[in-house]
Amino acid sequence: MINDINSAQIAAIESLAAASTLDEVNRLAADLTSKKSPISQLKAGLGAITDAEERKQIGQAINAAVEQISTAIETKRQELGDAARQAKVAAERLDLTEFLTEPTRGHAHVVTQAWERLEDVFIGMGYQVAEGPEVETDWHNFEALNMGEGHPARGEFDTLFVEAVDEQYRTGDPGRLLLRTHTSPVQIRTMLTKEPPIYVVAPGRVFRRDTPDATHMPVFHQIEGLVIDEGITMAHLAGTIEAFTKAFFGEGFTSRLRPSYFPFTEPSAEFDIQLPSGDWLELGGCGMVHPNVLRAGGIDPERWSGFAFGFGIDRMAVMRHGIADLREMYTNDLRFIEQF
Amino acid sequence: MKVLQSWLAEYLDLPAAGLLETGVSEQIAEHLTSLGLAVEEMIGVGHTVDGVITAKVLRTESHVDAAKVHRVFVDAGDGVERHVWCGAFNMSVGDVVPLATLGTEMPDGRRIERRGILGIDSEGMLCSASELGLGTDHSGIMLLDPSTPLGVPYGEALGVRPDVIFDLDLTRNRPDCWGYVGVARDLAARLGVEFRPPRTARALPASDPARAGVSVEIRDPERCGRFLAIVISGITVGPSAPWMAQRLTAAGMRPINNVVDVSNYVMLELNQPNHAYDLHHLGGSGFIIRTATEGERLTTLDGVERSVTPADLLICDAMNTPVGIAGIMGGLDSEISDSTTSIALEMAWFQAGPILASATRLGLRSEASARFERGVDPWGIDLAVNRFIDLLAETCPGLEVQSAVSDIHTPILPAAQREVLVRIDRVNGLLGTALDIDMVRSLLVPIGFACQIETAPSDSTGGVLSAKVPSWRPDCEGEVDLIEEVARHHGYHRIAKAVPLSPVHGHLSVAQTRRRHLRQVLLGLGISEAMPNPFLGPETAAAAGVTLPMMRITNPLVSDESVLRTSLRPGLLRAIAFNESHRRDGAHLYEIGHVYPAGTSELPDETEMLCVVLAGSQAPAAVALWREVSAALGIGARLDHDNPPSGMHRTRSASLVAGKSRIGAIGEIDPAVTEASNISERVAVLELDLSAVLETAPTPAKWAPVSRAPSSDLDLAFVLAEEVPAQRIDRAIRQGAGSMVVSVTLFDVFRGGSLETGTRSLAYRVRLQAPDRTLTEADISKRRAAIIAAVAKAGGVLRS
Repeated sequence: MINDINSAQIAAIESLAAASTLDEVNRLAADLTSKKSPISQLKAGLGAITDAEERKQIGQAINAAVEQISTAIETKRQELGDAARQAKVAAERLDLTEFLTEPTRGHAHVVTQAWERLEDVFIGMGYQVAEGPEVETDWHNFEALNMGEGHPARGEFDTLFVEAVDEQYRTGDPGRLLLRTHTSPVQIRTMLTKEPPIYVVAPGRVFRRDTPDATHMPVFHQIEGLVIDEGITMAHLAGTIEAFTKAFFGEGFTSRLRPSYFPFTEPSAEFDIQLPSGDWLELGGCGMVHPNVLRAGGIDPERWSGFAFGFGIDRMAVMRHGIADLREMYTNDLRFIEQF
Repeated sequence: MKVLQSWLAEYLDLPAAGLLETGVSEQIAEHLTSLGLAVEEMIGVGHTVDGVITAKVLRTESHVDAAKVHRVFVDAGDGVERHVWCGAFNMSVGDVVPLATLGTEMPDGRRIERRGILGIDSEGMLCSASELGLGTDHSGIMLLDPSTPLGVPYGEALGVRPDVIFDLDLTRNRPDCWGYVGVARDLAARLGVEFRPPRTARALPASDPARAGVSVEIRDPERCGRFLAIVISGITVGPSAPWMAQRLTAAGMRPINNVVDVSNYVMLELNQPNHAYDLHHLGGSGFIIRTATEGERLTTLDGVERSVTPADLLICDAMNTPVGIAGIMGGLDSEISDSTTSIALEMAWFQAGPILASATRLGLRSEASARFERGVDPWGIDLAVNRFIDLLAETCPGLEVQSAVSDIHTPILPAAQREVLVRIDRVNGLLGTALDIDMVRSLLVPIGFACQIETAPSDSTGGVLSAKVPSWRPDCEGEVDLIEEVARHHGYHRIAKAVPLSPVHGHLSVAQTRRRHLRQVLLGLGISEAMPNPFLGPETAAAAGVTLPMMRITNPLVSDESVLRTSLRPGLLRAIAFNESHRRDGAHLYEIGHVYPAGTSELPDETEMLCVVLAGSQAPAAVALWREVSAALGIGARLDHDNPPSGMHRTRSASLVAGKSRIGAIGEIDPAVTEASNISERVAVLELDLSAVLETAPTPAKWAPVSRAPSSDLDLAFVLAEEVPAQRIDRAIRQGAGSMVVSVTLFDVFRGGSLETGTRSLAYRVRLQAPDRTLTEADISKRRAAIIAAVAKAGGVLRS
């Protein structure tokens, strides 16, 4: 009987070895474990053995054979499964360098990119971001900024004036509405709505009556900074400009102030930055907020002092990307936009 | 203002300044710039060519074989006869000419070599003026004064010396620096050397209009504050002294004659424009200063006939005939001529603003108007008159001055000095410096601010100075103006750099944060940012179907940029057309920007908008986009088909409505508009009023426990008319399903087949779930019935 068990086991394992598909293995497995399988038949014959010891030995041999067969089935299944998976993987080859589409991400405008980078530097320095309307009153744009009517400096701004086309919407005095020529009216609006201490930057769109050329646009962007607090001095202005210069342009850059004139600041200064090459570049204007401007903003100049600064955002984009002509930035040509 | 270094140096003790020997001009420029007198450019002038010396023509000789050149024999001062070939024939024996000796490097790069013609060597070259960089005359050899010494560098013989012009970009608060003396005063103070303004031994004759020989009547005392007239006779009009002519030439002013040159010289030196009239052409020997009347005409010195208005102030003779436009330009008729022997000299002070307005209106900017419109020293006239007389006397030995002047003042004439108190604590408090009262005084006094101690410094205060503002500094009105003077002369570079510690929490506002988030969502969806011009032509706006009341620019640069946009659509459509025309179809662009419809308050109804245009896409693309944006930013709105926005496709567009307000528009551009915009693609569009959606962030979502109970799906199809929006069915299903609804998904839309024309079938999968139990058959059939009933009310019939 032991021989029968052995040969049944050998036959079973040989038949499994010959199987080449998972279906075949499954079929064989069903046969080999069915009640009609040789080994099951042998098991059924166990009861006929009277000798307990013999019955026990045969029984163990049968169990061992069953074990061997089921292991062989599992191994074969595993083997064929692996082969099938490998064949599948081999057949699924993809060339990952076959690109059918280009990246579709959108591109933010270069001015927006510069704008947000500037905001982020000042937010890090403890500033909030103020905004104001682009159509302004003469009072906010000029008068409150120490440029009363007839002030000669007004002439330098090449102002664009606006009015409603339809007379029924013309509410104020004629000639009083304009497109803001600088972001400075936001200073006034901030002072009128906020109590000091004030630490704000005001980026925004500004307008001048300028014919477009490589370095001028009638519509462009500025960022303005305003700090009003107790004990603010010109040293704080110089320090802030220096800190900004290093944060925005890099550690290798430095700054200087040079006397200048703006009606809304006194003392006034131009600020230049020095490139690592040693060259100086004029960047913007700044100064201590003029007492008349503080008063217009409802702030007592004897108690509070402050500084303001401003410069062009477009120019930051131009410098960063080496754009030769400002007009390029406003054609809305995707071939330009997608470069950045 | 262009400033000649050698001329400037006359008014200060430059050698005492201890400047480094090399690069003196550069050091001066640096000081001027750091004083706020920015040197835009340094221009080298008067450079001469080394090796070119004076020589006298001894004889000339022609050569039979050379018709175009001849032989010139010259003596270069050493008594040796030198021979040169020369192609110009304008010299005669005895003329002194410039000779470029052998080895000279000419400005054009040529080197003078011993080169012969017909076997005869040339020992140099005779030069024209242009070859030496002395003007443009190249018609012949330059002929020098016959008395010129021989053998000396021509530059020395001509008095031409290397010099530098500083081109100053002056700010509006420094009118005084439109004169050499003003620049010199600041520079001398900075360098700590003696300032030497011109002085005169002469005293101005007394003002006595009765004896003055010239009358003055100011009829517009609001615009003319002072008018001084003096008669000077015994004048011989001729060329100026060479030093003056050279100086004016180097400074960029063409010498005319001794009277005009002195007039210009005094203006440049003292910043006092003035005008000399030929007394004999001045009707009635006097002046009337009055407002012009409409339609009056006058020919100015530049030969242009101009029509004046009451905006202009006229200088008239005593017969009331205009002889000049006040502060701007004199008239042609009373111009100084060779026959002039007596002049009436005008020195005046005009209100700056009206001069600016008048010059702007006339489009006529002169050296005089540039000065008057900025502010001239009203009390500098006295010195200027004497300076004029002193300088003119150099070329007119017989000059005589009338014993009295007419010097009329009006109430608008500023005081000679104003007093301003300067608190030392305020100086340091504003500048961040630690200057004491003596240091502040030592910075102000050298620039003309006489100071007295008003309050002596004590333990608690730095004291107060009383400073007298000189009349040439009209800009200095208050304490802060003087603090700026202190800062300038102390040096901005000596102010420390300290960063203030902001007590404010730096952050973006809710709207600003959400705006950035919106940008990122759009960029992530493959939409790029455009920045179109916010100015449109009125026709462009109309063509885009934009109907809101508009604002216009009253002084536009060009007419097709003369109104302010009330919608972002036209600009973006133009961008699509531009890209299409450059073979870029399918442009996906957005803009976040302001629109400016006219409103009823002081300012227009300026609003920040978002507009997205998807070229090559139809309305559903805009809806898909809106659903992304809406989900990302938590903006809820329903689509209102009943009111399609103007300029958009009538049957494929809707308004976005939140509550009762319209917050945007969605759909497709009207084909008529795309056609008018030269766009061949369809354009899907989404517009959002950002002022309505950015300000408030959605409240943080409240946690709802995820149900562990199984869910059940109901599939239902409804037939409804095309006019019934699916949105309404969706709402009805949710209403019918009640609180058990988890999701309602439209999974199929069907038209045709057995369906009637004008209807369609919408198939929905409704997922129902209870929070705490498995739904029973009864629950589900009850909900099903409720849904069908609700949809029926909304216009949908269950499809059997």
